[in-house]
Amino acid sequence: MAAVAIGGGIGALARYELTAAWPAAPGHFPWATFVINVTGCCLIGVLMVLVTEVRPAHRLVRPFLGVGVLGGFTTFSTYAVEIHGLLAPGSAGVAFAYLGGTLLAAMLDVLAGVALTRRLARR
Amino acid sequence: MTAVLVVAGAMVGAPLRYLTDRAVRSRYDGPFPWGTLLVNVAGCLILGGLTGAGSALPAPMLALLGTGFCGALTTYSTFSFETLRLVEQKAYFSAVVNIVVSVAAGLGGAYAGFAVAQAFVA
Repeated sequence: MAAVAIGGGIGALARYELTAAWPAAPGHFPWATFVINVTGCCLIGVLMVLVTEVRPAHRLVRPFLGVGVLGGFTTFSTYAVEIHGLLAPGSAGVAFAYLGGTLLAAMLDVLAGVALTRRLARR
Repeated sequence: MTAVLVVAGAMVGAPLRYLTDRAVRSRYDGPFPWGTLLVNVAGCLILGGLTGAGSALPAPMLALLGTGFCGALTTYSTFSFETLRLVEQKAYFSAVVNIVVSVAAGLGGAYAGFAVAQAFVA
């Protein structure tokens, strides 16, 4: 439980710093959240293959890195609220591009993380 | 100071996500990721409410409850990984349902939270 809490704190701090350094102007594509979520999806794919298929890790690695750091880093609530904010006259196109773009990139990246790690592990 | 509040909120949000998922798994052992769906929709509802409160909510509270707590309670990485696992198990219908319901219920939660908070603030 402590591993999840500490990992979550670290992940959220990284998300906060990235978003603060790269704020999205109203009506514009929220690139910081997009990059955070997509990167986190790729990394969870890498992590899960490493700890479940390549070699057994310490029992706290998955709660700390997977549930904690990556779970705290990525966010679904900010994604939904940003879409809500963008769904206004003038930026509805951005809202749908953000909605679909994040979904597509997230799914492709988690797949890429899993597939690449499996391929590299087999060498 | 803001960073400390974000970390404090996340140190509650992330374990709560973990506990919720475990509680759900102990009652339902099917492949569908109900736990993640539940925390994601709940987080969207709360963050929608915090956003709807607008300037009525002090900025430090938004950092603690919004960026920290809701941000860490919800997750995109687990959502995408669990969807991929459904695909790998050839549960294609469940995978599509998970995506559609997560996005629809998440957005619905954000809208509902926002509207309720606006009604209170106004």
